[in-house]
Amino acid sequence: MQAFTTLTGLIAPLDRVNVDTDQIIPKQYLKTIKRTGLREGLFFDWKKQKDGSPDPQFFLNQARFQGATILLTRDNFGCGSSREHAPWALLDQGFRCVIAPSFADIFYNNCFQNGILPVVLTADEVLAMMHDVLATPGYQLTVDLGKQTVTTPSGKICTFTIDPFRKDCLYRGLDSIGLTLQHESAISAYEKKRKAEAPWLFADIPS
Amino acid sequence: MAGKTLFDKIWDTHLVREEPDGTTLLYIDRQLVHEVTSPQAFEGLKLAGRRPRRPAATLAVPDHNVPTTDRRLGIADAISAKQIQTLEDNCRDFSITLFGMNDIRQGVVHVIGPEQGFTLPGTTIVCGDSHTSTHGAFGALAFGIGTSEVEHVLATQCLVQKRPKTMEIRVDGVLSDRCSAKDIILAIIGKIGTAGGTGYVIEYTGSAIRALSMEGRMTLCNMSIEGGARAGMVAPDEKTTAYIKGRPLAPKGALFEQAVRAWEQLKTDPDATYDATLVLRAEDIAPQVSWGTSPGMVLGVDQRVPDPARMTDDNTRKATERALEYMGLAANMPIADIKIDKVFIGSCTNSRIEDLRLAASLAKGKHVAKTVHAMVVPGSGLVKQQAEQEGLDKIFREAGFEWREAGCSMCLAMNADVLKPGERCASTSNRNFEGRQGAGGRTHLVSPAMAVAAAVEGHFIDIRHWS
Repeated sequence: MQAFTTLTGLIAPLDRVNVDTDQIIPKQYLKTIKRTGLREGLFFDWKKQKDGSPDPQFFLNQARFQGATILLTRDNFGCGSSREHAPWALLDQGFRCVIAPSFADIFYNNCFQNGILPVVLTADEVLAMMHDVLATPGYQLTVDLGKQTVTTPSGKICTFTIDPFRKDCLYRGLDSIGLTLQHESAISAYEKKRKAEAPWLFADIPS
Repeated sequence: MAGKTLFDKIWDTHLVREEPDGTTLLYIDRQLVHEVTSPQAFEGLKLAGRRPRRPAATLAVPDHNVPTTDRRLGIADAISAKQIQTLEDNCRDFSITLFGMNDIRQGVVHVIGPEQGFTLPGTTIVCGDSHTSTHGAFGALAFGIGTSEVEHVLATQCLVQKRPKTMEIRVDGVLSDRCSAKDIILAIIGKIGTAGGTGYVIEYTGSAIRALSMEGRMTLCNMSIEGGARAGMVAPDEKTTAYIKGRPLAPKGALFEQAVRAWEQLKTDPDATYDATLVLRAEDIAPQVSWGTSPGMVLGVDQRVPDPARMTDDNTRKATERALEYMGLAANMPIADIKIDKVFIGSCTNSRIEDLRLAASLAKGKHVAKTVHAMVVPGSGLVKQQAEQEGLDKIFREAGFEWREAGCSMCLAMNADVLKPGERCASTSNRNFEGRQGAGGRTHLVSPAMAVAAAVEGHFIDIRHWS
């Protein structure tokens, strides 16, 4: 997994609440057996007009937001389906960070598995940034995971909280399965103890 | 020392290790796998040279992509076929039990887990699917995960977690005639919103919950995720053990008796406390119909479509305007006046034998309206077989419903069962997101009883007064 330390980048605004993962990437893109190449499906139904042509109002189709690496959006982003294709598609489009007042749990987890930093700021902070992004072409933010800050062009610093373990894994780009496998003896000891209590769950493990 | 909730008891018996900051390595007893969210997990194992730690703790089934028409014809969509073939290859390579597309035991992953006795009380269960919350109906801690975590569980039988908060949702009283678990959970989501349960595990309690069958409890827990909660649960009782007894993968004989004694301890202690509590009266719950593009946009069938002009919160107003435009509905119109084109009875929410029995009992002797196309998709091959033994398929066919093979079908329309743009569907599934049942399609979430009545009448109707 790619590590995340600091990022200064262009912001793409998605001014909607409760954006579900069906919108981030619809079903027809879930038939893949790969993690890559999902950019085409990102916000597939929202980036088109009814006749199938690109919707010039949608941010992904606007020249000023091309190359954006940070997505700014509203409450409960990523709700619904657990599909990890959602962060894969965001990553394929070039997004390394999503800023919102709140996230749905599974999506939030999935970001960390893919080198994407989900940042929770207050609704007021997001509102102000949303306003500034729309008013200011080329608007950029600097996200510093180490310091847990987001800095605006005017120098305003917003801080965010993050679970220390997740922060460490993301900051160093660690393989989380490898980390868990370091606890192999604890897992085996647990299985032995638990088999004694609930043998019906461990028929496959020799006593 | 304060007592423990049901959640606390399960969590505490699954701790492999806990760091001072609360980061927990949680043991996972069971994993369900389907074709859509697993290929990249198996690929990851292969690339890293890893093997599943306990292949016997995993059960796999294709469900999202499978056709619900004659399977002898194979799968017309080559990409879907490849995904299902990939699941078969991976299960063979990694020694994981698979119920293939033509196995009578095949079905929606959240139907077959309980049906096979794979789902047991007091266990931790995961699947790369958000509706894994369904299995909480048995007093299990069950939640959806992403594909990277599917790989993590395959390799280690563990997940790194932080302890969630607990929420009690108590529903006391008696439901109105023909109202069901679906109406309870839709009413709850309407109240707490789609993010109201974020960060919580919900325990459903109260006399109206205890009165539900296991199928009803599965419907209830299934949609916990639609309220933002990753997991919902109901404490096991004699209905739970009666349901499990004799199922193929359930413990047998003395082991079953030992398990039942352990399951009897799985209830919240009287002096335990929750981080939040919500109380509802069952009598207050009308048959529910979703009107918008989020499961929280739901009302009783006796209500009117909301009016954005009366909304003060900017975000809510904008979301409502957008939803009404997408849904092609006018503010203030009576919900009962909404006319429908399609009816879908199925999905991991409402495709079990009890759902089909109830639907058939209401469809018997009636006929689907001329303007409506209606289909019934059983949750599994075994549900289908049982329904056919009871003659339910005949009732549905005579009433003008199509009777299909088991699968996820039009709940998410990954197979050929898709709404056309602008089509309006009364659906017993769980999500009314834009395009969920097909690009431009319009979904109204309802119970099986409401779906049958809508199919017959051609529009929504209050089933409490339907003759």
